[in-house]
Amino acid sequence: MNALRQLTADQQVALLFVTLFGLLLLVTAAAALWALRERSALQDDRHQRFKRELRAVWVGAVVFWGAWISGPAGATLLFGVISFLALREYITLLKTRRGDHRSLLLAFFAVLPMQYVLLAHRNFDLFSVFIPVYVFLAIPVVSALAGDPERFLERNATIQWGIMVCGYGLSHAPALVLLDFPQHQGRGAFLLFFLVMVVACATIVQTVAERRLRRRPLARHIDRSFSLRAWALGALAGALLGAALFWITPFKAGQALVMAAIAGATGTLGEFVMSALKKDAGVRFWGNTSSVTGAVGLLDRVAPLCFAAPVFFHSVRWYFQLKP
Amino acid sequence: MSRADAFGLLLAFIARLITGAQGHWKGCPPKAEQRIYFANHQSHLDWVLIWAALPRELRATTRPIAAKDYWTSGRFKHWITREVFNAVYVTRQRTDDQDPLEPLVAALHNGDSLVIFPEGTRSNKGQPQPFKSGLFHLAEQFPQVQLIPAWIDNVQRVMPKGEVVPVPILCTVTFGAPITLAPGEDKRAFLERARAAVVALQPGAPAADTATAS
Repeated sequence: MNALRQLTADQQVALLFVTLFGLLLLVTAAAALWALRERSALQDDRHQRFKRELRAVWVGAVVFWGAWISGPAGATLLFGVISFLALREYITLLKTRRGDHRSLLLAFFAVLPMQYVLLAHRNFDLFSVFIPVYVFLAIPVVSALAGDPERFLERNATIQWGIMVCGYGLSHAPALVLLDFPQHQGRGAFLLFFLVMVVACATIVQTVAERRLRRRPLARHIDRSFSLRAWALGALAGALLGAALFWITPFKAGQALVMAAIAGATGTLGEFVMSALKKDAGVRFWGNTSSVTGAVGLLDRVAPLCFAAPVFFHSVRWYFQLKP
Repeated sequence: MSRADAFGLLLAFIARLITGAQGHWKGCPPKAEQRIYFANHQSHLDWVLIWAALPRELRATTRPIAAKDYWTSGRFKHWITREVFNAVYVTRQRTDDQDPLEPLVAALHNGDSLVIFPEGTRSNKGQPQPFKSGLFHLAEQFPQVQLIPAWIDNVQRVMPKGEVVPVPILCTVTFGAPITLAPGEDKRAFLERARAAVVALQPGAPAADTATAS
């Protein structure tokens, strides 16, 4: 532990990535070896699904690493592109009308870039209110100017919600990298790593718990398996992992536990909300197996992060009174 | 790499960034055979979408049809259709002594694949209009060429009529199983069957789609 502490921030981050990619390599190698064995059709199906998930984790890890080595500007750009792709998928699933064209142009080509430019300049005060305040009022104005009164509120709400989740929510993930803690400079990547690990752990534990427990679902028409106990277990697992990882963050163990619980709970709820959205849009399966145009499986992968990142970011910033 | 190739790659990249341009090969694999793709026509972007959804090696031999008077009127328009897309030019004015399909026949004799929109004009009602007879005459003259139906989904949302900037919305191009002209088949019956083959590729239930298309 002491040897670790004496390393510079850059060396610690490098070690983090070596560990991460080492683990991934091990898992991939194990999966490849396992694929050589004979197996039943059911196992084969499960294996295919596992391989697809593993590939998604690889992509995520490489994106994360790319975000780090390319510095704040690179991280901002990278997450900006992901935001763009996620919003593209969202807008495709939610049917829009011709009158929404200008509002959508505003959302894609003005609001998203602006949000990430604010982020790159570490202008956190404006960054936090730009979309909830200014864009909130700008979108209906542009929409009204288009002159289509049909389902006006509903259409506007759809676009607003998409920008909030895919733009505002997701942009808080790279914001963690740029947040400067006193005595913790240059280690922002650990905070993002902490968040991603905690949210991933919470969603995985929650999914497993749903399968095992078979409790009464909270909202049958939205998700047949989402139960209160599974959700609590997910959040708890996230919290415990967070407490175990406290040494990579600026938190003390207790603070890490609470922050991780918040992140895990919001992340799993984010996934739950996305399944409601998915039902509404008529998508039967997540991932790229659906026949509905637009369901390419990015939105569901980033959804937990979209919900957890802003809550986590603002909790941290408020609790530690950070003034960047 | 020539300038036209580079421009083509850039264009395909932009098309993929904005629309995804996913090609779903449901009825046939993408192969370097001589083919006539025929699709529904809703927007100016239709050709670019099909073109971007094709694998790169097929793009060079797959050619669109372009109206000669419009697409040769400016230097850039002429360059892009000639050099980048390798378009087949047709004249819109009918003259008695010339068959309007002649350039298409020449291209097919040359071994190229074609993309045609048999409705003849853009429709924005959701369902395609009745097909024009050109497809029938080509099928009659070239029985060895595969006729592949294709459905382009969502493109009318990307760039509605009267707008110039496209909105990023995912689109798919679904390619179906090849159809052939049955021996002695009537022109109208064949065209109706071809249109039905295109409509059948529409993703999702048709009933749900008419409710949301606007």
